Amino acid sequence: MKIKTLNVKSRTENLSLIRDFINSSATEINIPEDIVENIILAVDEACTNIIKHAYKYSPDGDILIKVKPSSTKFVVSIIDNGISFEPDTVPEPDLQKYYRQRRVGGLGIYLMKTLMDEVKYISKPGKYNEVLLSKNIKVAKKNAG
Amino acid sequence: MAEFSTSVKDKGDVSIISLKGFLDAHTAPILETNFVELINKNRYKIVVDFNELAYISSAGLGVFMAFIEKIRENNGDIKLASMNDKVYNIFDLLGFPLLYEIFKSEDEAIKKFLEK
Repeated sequence: MKIKTLNVKSRTENLSLIRDFINSSATEINIPEDIVENIILAVDEACTNIIKHAYKYSPDGDILIKVKPSSTKFVVSIIDNGISFEPDTVPEPDLQKYYRQRRVGGLGIYLMKTLMDEVKYISKPGKYNEVLLSKNIKVAKKNAG
Repeated sequence: MAEFSTSVKDKGDVSIISLKGFLDAHTAPILETNFVELINKNRYKIVVDFNELAYISSAGLGVFMAFIEKIRENNGDIKLASMNDKVYNIFDLLGFPLLYEIFKSEDEAIKKFLEK
């Protein structure tokens, strides 16, 4: 199956473009709608984190999104050239604590881990960061039987 | 461009914010402004109607966390109403039903405010 790519600048206004790209790429290979929705949200969260933390809202950073579907997995690779990120330093969200501290953080990462089967970070400081989001799929074979 | 809009109306002491479209990191500031304006007017009894909301990300969920304490300190609350299953599932995954009352309809949420 074909690899598809989308290159966008690090602006929150591009999130809808990113969601549309994931939607059409996943729908094209007949992934069920509820799973497509989960993948879209996970990718939105990953890109929001890149815009906020890797590029600190600077609008001209590059985000490269590659969709790599196979017969068993739908993998989305998201590459940026911003500040490296240590996902293991982010604790699991504690809503009661947030309530007291009037802040939120880590909700996005928690959602990504919950909605996807695998979330992997590759960081080459000073070069690039890559997030790999992977969802196991069963694509219905055409012309079966 | 993600389409998102809100409308605010008052029913007695209760203010209702109705959401429409896609609530993400780009559009969340629109909802933040709604909350700030209501708080500035000392209107702390707030129902958020999700009936026409198609999508929410954690940036949207964060808006509710940002204002809830201030609102409850002033004897108010944010009550949530009319969520579709997809949006509810995201709230549920993050444990929001423990912190917020969620109602099937806007009317039920308003009624809860009037009970007290």
